[in-house]
Amino acid sequence: MALSDFYRTTVGKKVVMALSGAILVGFVFAHMAGNLKFFSGINPATGSYKFDEYGCFLRQFGSEIFGYSGFLWLARIVLLLALVAHAISGISLARLNRLAKPVVSQGARYSSANAASRSMIYGGLFLLLFIIYHILHLTTGTLHFRGFVEGSVYANVYNGFLSFPVAFFYIFSMICLALHLYHGAWSMFQTVGLTSSLWDSRLKLYARIFAYVIFLGFCSLPIGVWVGAVAKPNADVKVVICQ
Amino acid sequence: MNFKLKIWRQKLGNSQGFFSDYLISNIDPDTSFLEMLDILNEQLVIQGEDPVAFEHDCREGICGSCSMTINGRPHGPNRLTTACQLKMRSFADGAEIVIEPWRAKAFPIVKDLVTDRSAFDRIQQAGGYVSVNTGAACDANTIPVEKESADLSFYAASCIGCGACVAACPNGSAMLFTAAKVAQLSLLPQGAPERSHRAIAMVERMDQENFGGCTNHGECQAACPKDISIRFISDLNREFITAQAKKIYGKRASRRS
Repeated sequence: MALSDFYRTTVGKKVVMALSGAILVGFVFAHMAGNLKFFSGINPATGSYKFDEYGCFLRQFGSEIFGYSGFLWLARIVLLLALVAHAISGISLARLNRLAKPVVSQGARYSSANAASRSMIYGGLFLLLFIIYHILHLTTGTLHFRGFVEGSVYANVYNGFLSFPVAFFYIFSMICLALHLYHGAWSMFQTVGLTSSLWDSRLKLYARIFAYVIFLGFCSLPIGVWVGAVAKPNADVKVVICQ
Repeated sequence: MNFKLKIWRQKLGNSQGFFSDYLISNIDPDTSFLEMLDILNEQLVIQGEDPVAFEHDCREGICGSCSMTINGRPHGPNRLTTACQLKMRSFADGAEIVIEPWRAKAFPIVKDLVTDRSAFDRIQQAGGYVSVNTGAACDANTIPVEKESADLSFYAASCIGCGACVAACPNGSAMLFTAAKVAQLSLLPQGAPERSHRAIAMVERMDQENFGGCTNHGECQAACPKDISIRFISDLNREFITAQAKKIYGKRASRRS
């Protein structure tokens, strides 16, 4: 079949990487932007944390069509498929690339490859582990160990990041993510042939700015907790009843 | 000038290779790199040793034969030059110079610094041509060609197929070579009818020849003696995607009539 012929080539695999990567890039940006609600405090109208309300909003979003949390699950399925496609094609490409270069020149010097482009596979594999941990930490609460309460998003995040190893691991993972994006966010345009002389250097710059924005946005949460920029979760604040 | 050379010696493709040290002295600073190797070989022959096998032909940077990695860089330390255009004055007196063949699975070593780069020929044969009827040559400018396209095609055509891109690439990928060869023809009206077949056939052949995939490091363009840009790779990707889309969707339309 034509589609499998396409995937069999290295370029086809790369296109799969780029398209699934684009979905994941979109998600990462939306996730980061949503996370900033962590700093928005209590909603005076309802007396609940705005961050908790945002969590509820994500479950209720599109419920007229998909039912309660239906859209959220749809998004999760799409993201999971994108992640699986990204990982499988990435690992298979890395294998092919390694086989194609069995011997490296003595003192091979790189002039344009950088830490980001050289670490894509390692950073990617690490991020895969991080994603599994992150879901078990803040979505299911399985690895939270600090009084995880479903729906109390603000308290869960705050208490989660109070643990220094957790915050450190999180920030380290965000360094990996930013490095991955530093190369990947530009690379995906090159792979689908959307670079041109006009775009090229600007696109690289935008991708790099994007990586920094994502890094700072995500890291602002654990840092905010540690420097005391956000208030300790208050037990008197009303819990959002989400349905 | 005096140099300490560390050269990769390998009797045959399947034999074990190793680095051998040679001292060479009284080299004029304006000697070319290949002339320096010639001088070394003369000395080796006099000493009854096996001379170092290396490829060379035009010695003016247009044939793409002189494939060797010098101090970890294909064609040596200078930009936009081939090994034959490199002069010994580019090195410090007494410097150690490491000389190796291209390193890539797709370029097996034949002997010493000589690699078999026929994989490039087979990529070219897969689709790097235009089919034209023979007969009297048609008048010049019979087919109008856009100036921008003609210039870009000329630029792509300046690829000499030396293989430095593959040697420089951490993945041993031949995307820059293939992209240049595809662009050179597909940019012109004469190359348009076969463009879909060309993009698919050349990429598939490239993969079959055990070249790696492109991860956009940009090492190839940095090493290219002809300054071929990785924008051609972006163009090849687009060309390939379009060709595949035509293959998948084009058939349906044609069967309806």
